Amino acid sequence: MIILEWLLLIFLIVCAIAVSISKNLLNSVIIFMSYSLVMAVIWVLLRSPDLAITEAAVGAGVTSVLFFLALRKIGQLGHEKENNEAK
Amino acid sequence: MHRELKIVWKNFFNWVFGNGPRPENEVIPVEPPPDLPFTQKPKDKYSRFHEATLKERYEQWLEIHGLHIFAVLYSGLSILTCVVIVCLLLATVAELPPFGHERNPANNEVIRRYVEHGGHETGAQNIVAGLILDYRAFDTFGESAVLFTAAVSVLMMLGASRRNKIKNAPSLKSDGNFPRRESPFEEPILRGVASLSIPAILMLGCVVVINGHLTPGGGFSGGAILSTALILAANAYGFERVHEFFNERTFIISSSTALMIYALSKGYSFFTGANHFYSIIPKGTVGNILSAGLILPLNICVGLIVAGTLYTFYALFSKGDL
Repeated sequence: MIILEWLLLIFLIVCAIAVSISKNLLNSVIIFMSYSLVMAVIWVLLRSPDLAITEAAVGAGVTSVLFFLALRKIGQLGHEKENNEAK
Repeated sequence: MHRELKIVWKNFFNWVFGNGPRPENEVIPVEPPPDLPFTQKPKDKYSRFHEATLKERYEQWLEIHGLHIFAVLYSGLSILTCVVIVCLLLATVAELPPFGHERNPANNEVIRRYVEHGGHETGAQNIVAGLILDYRAFDTFGESAVLFTAAVSVLMMLGASRRNKIKNAPSLKSDGNFPRRESPFEEPILRGVASLSIPAILMLGCVVVINGHLTPGGGFSGGAILSTALILAANAYGFERVHEFFNERTFIISSSTALMIYALSKGYSFFTGANHFYSIIPKGTVGNILSAGLILPLNICVGLIVAGTLYTFYALFSKGDL
């Protein structure tokens, strides 16, 4: 269990660094989603399931959807770019 | 071994910076973006403007405005500020009490009171729910009110721009931003998955809200789960289908009713509790669904507000109205 916790923590740190230095914004949002998911698992291991549910629903769900929406609005999603190209 | 590590690191580096091999069918636009704030074209090395690093854009900006002297000053001052803040924070961390020590200031009689008497004082099996919805219910009320106020103000601002637009342009939807919403049956995979998972997500949200005083969860997380179900429905079946049962009017009525019920019932509870009056609200047996006094209706109120507000944000930012 200790090894699992260490693995998750290392994954968190790698995710946090990768989010900030990734140039593709879509990649950043997806890495951020995985960060929230792992954080939810860590909350369960820390015995606070309330926070885990909220983190999974808000962090990995709603905020990512809003981020994707923002990316579509500024035209950084792949297929939107192709659509604009076609026009 | 060393060389392999280097290759792995280089691949990871390329993946993070987006320099890796591209798929062959990707179309790379060659023309500069139309709303370039500068008059000059970006360098040919970066075909897309957003791929130029922030530093290069900053240097371009400096060149155009002729601010080379200030650049040194700015960078020096920013490094100095960062170092000072880092030193302050590290000094504060060094002053903090050790983690998990029994004589920490957080381990006072309040915690003991909550853990020992929370069960029969609030009637809730989930102590966290008893804490945030009974002992400190006004905090949660403030949070719900802030969410509702934010949603209403966004609704007002974006709604005003929408009404102006309708006067000028025929429809917001005809500008080509939402080509996928027009024809039905175009996304069978999304619709199939949505039809299977939306009932499950809705059930999970309702369970988390209604069992908030017994199991982990509560109004906020359950409301967020419900709102994701609504967002999924809007994406799979179009906003019109969701609009049939959840529109601006429904949102305003349900949220304001929930806030009023919350304020009145909790005000009554606090008034009687503070003045040692007899309260007509029964506590019930700990562990039953219908127990824990006001926590169950308050959870439902908070869940309604959160679900409506998050979906409203999505709909507002996605298509401009609810």
